Amino acid sequence: MSKPVIATASLAGCFGCHMSFLDIDERILDLIELVEFDKSPIDDIKKFSRPVDIGLIEGGCCNAENVEVLRYFRKNCKILVSVGECAVMGGLPAMRNTISLKECLEEAYLNSPTVAPEDRLIPADEDIPILLDRVYPCHEIVKIDYFLPGCPPSADLIWEALTALIQGRPLRLEYELVKYD
Amino acid sequence: MNYKRILQEYKKDRTRLIEILKELQSREGYISEKATLSVAEELGLSRAEVEGVISFYHFLQARPLGKYVVYLNNSITAQMAGREKVALAWEREVGCGFGQTSTDGLVTLLETSCIGMNDQEPAALINGLVFTSLNPEKVKKLVGWMREGRAVEDMVEETGDGANSHELVRAMVRNNIRKTGPVVFGDYSAGQAIFKALQTTPECIIDEVKKANLLGRGGAGFPTGLKWEFCRKEKGEQHFVICNADEGEPGTFKDRVILTERPEMVFEGMAIAGYAVGANRGILYLRHEYTYLRRYLEHILKKMREQGWLGQNIAGRGFDFDIEIKMGAGAYVCGEESALIESAEGKRGEPRDRPPFPVQKGYLNLPSTVNNVETLATATQIINRGAGWFRSMGTPVSAGTKLLSVSGDCQRPGIYEVEYGLTVKELLEMVGAEDTLAVQVGGPSGNCISEAGFGRKICFSDLPTGGSIIIFNRSRDLFSVVRNFLDFFIEESCGWCVPCRAGNVLLKKKFEKIASGLGTARDLREIEAWGKIIKSMSRCGLGQTSPNPVLTTLASFRGLYESRVSQEADFISEFDLNRAVAEACAITGRKFQEEQEHA
Repeated sequence: MSKPVIATASLAGCFGCHMSFLDIDERILDLIELVEFDKSPIDDIKKFSRPVDIGLIEGGCCNAENVEVLRYFRKNCKILVSVGECAVMGGLPAMRNTISLKECLEEAYLNSPTVAPEDRLIPADEDIPILLDRVYPCHEIVKIDYFLPGCPPSADLIWEALTALIQGRPLRLEYELVKYD
Repeated sequence: MNYKRILQEYKKDRTRLIEILKELQSREGYISEKATLSVAEELGLSRAEVEGVISFYHFLQARPLGKYVVYLNNSITAQMAGREKVALAWEREVGCGFGQTSTDGLVTLLETSCIGMNDQEPAALINGLVFTSLNPEKVKKLVGWMREGRAVEDMVEETGDGANSHELVRAMVRNNIRKTGPVVFGDYSAGQAIFKALQTTPECIIDEVKKANLLGRGGAGFPTGLKWEFCRKEKGEQHFVICNADEGEPGTFKDRVILTERPEMVFEGMAIAGYAVGANRGILYLRHEYTYLRRYLEHILKKMREQGWLGQNIAGRGFDFDIEIKMGAGAYVCGEESALIESAEGKRGEPRDRPPFPVQKGYLNLPSTVNNVETLATATQIINRGAGWFRSMGTPVSAGTKLLSVSGDCQRPGIYEVEYGLTVKELLEMVGAEDTLAVQVGGPSGNCISEAGFGRKICFSDLPTGGSIIIFNRSRDLFSVVRNFLDFFIEESCGWCVPCRAGNVLLKKKFEKIASGLGTARDLREIEAWGKIIKSMSRCGLGQTSPNPVLTTLASFRGLYESRVSQEADFISEFDLNRAVAEACAITGRKFQEEQEHA
């Protein structure tokens, strides 16, 4: 039997969840035995090359590109998992949701005391992904099958969830893994 | 303004903080930054602490308001009675929207949760006075008077029945007592019960109340005698009796009527409780919305002192007991006893962790018994008439009578004193309700039942209620009822527990998704699962019952929800990418072209 295939992406996140994933340390050797990676920043594969079993999404959606990548993942992954607070709830980027987009941009690019007068300009370059009106959690855009909470979820939590999913067994989560205060 | 001089009167008493803030607000129309800083300095509190209290309470305002401040009630029965037209009339006549003040600074329009007038909606509080049964014509007249500068007291054209017409009340509120019963509205001669109680021992009083099987009338149904016994056994330099008159459950107004028509019975009950638990001080915690009753209640207390029913050496038996009135400032959660105590101490009304329970560490961390208005009135009658008499009414578990506040779709909304064990069907006939779709028993935090449950009995073992009964006929959209109740809990959550603060917002979003036809079977499952999490992970009764509007309608009217969710779709998104980028496109002048296939 071929190994399950995994893909990952970081949308409007900080890559902290990916870093936390790498905190599995030497278990990465076990992981390579268990799975193969397809599209992911970890191996720098840019396009899906085959159907993927499990997609791990870090970050919510703050711009149109995030939405496109997320939908692309949904199309190509059998199971999609929101990993971490930003994917699950919008997280830190969603703090802008209580302020209008216009106000946010004006504050950042026009009115901020650190902007030199000659630089006062809201970026509108074609190559920059267009921002959304607010930051959306992933499950408001596509169907998400599982949610891993945490900022970031600890390496042990990600490891346990991933191996349970691969082996088709229930999660065994120690209280400490899901206790956040 | 010389704050120092005003504050001197309060003798740096931190427990009077809310009172202080209310006085400053009444003088200046709002609580200014300067006032806040003076209060903080005088009481030795931080600025944040004082601001925290101001921002917690609905009726404390840190921004300037108009000369007339209108709080229009937004409860579901107000909506059913034509609130929308009334609200539009206010906006049209005043010339500003809700949440705003007219440009001439004359009128501020604000919304508020249930003000205890469900049987005479739409109602509003204007500068603290109650105006009931509003319609667009009345609104026009009121605004006209405001422009003439008429005093709000002079806008009350006709006063209500009973003590509502007393010169110290002069409110247009009506009692609407439709059915009197033998306990609260039965034969009663003030002063006898306290004399009788003082002839015996505190233990005998507790024993009698236990024998009567009096269960708390606020809704939770804790045995009163047991509460008093626990409180009595606690050691403390002082004990307290607190009467919970923070009747905030939407649809409940029976405590308002008891306090209007039977205040002596309540105060006597407090004195009896004081004797039983060993307390010399009582506090009536009165919700802000009933401020119009305060002067009258103070007058009754004064009369009772003159009669020797309160004060020093009552009935010559060496027992001292007196009652002070403390006002709330607008917060539903303060109906929860530990939150009420925090509020009475002049703090934010956030519920405490329990244990310790209030009977152990209550007001000022001293043993306190907190009882509902109706419970205390009932206790007085138990002492007057005996436990045997009391137990001859109602059911074995739920003895006695219960005051029901009936509102919504029926011919005779108002107060009904009925024996426990009455079925919903019998009640519907009694109140003249026809073509009934649903009955909300116990307010938003209670149970919404369909016709299948109309044979159920109103009692502690079947359908418990603090008294709120709201009836909806078949012309009503149940989803708008649920929406109103969910908004209520979102507004009133104190914010301490995340499952309650954030969970109810998420629950509402999910509910709206289903209501708009974009839900799936999974959404229905999730709404149930989330409701359970909110219930089990919140520390007070507010959070523990806040998902009930959804959960109980889902149980009673599952078909209604199922008809709105898609049976085929696995997932439906409300998200529209073109709409979501529209704002950014407008700001940057760019055009959005969705990529057909990702690279």
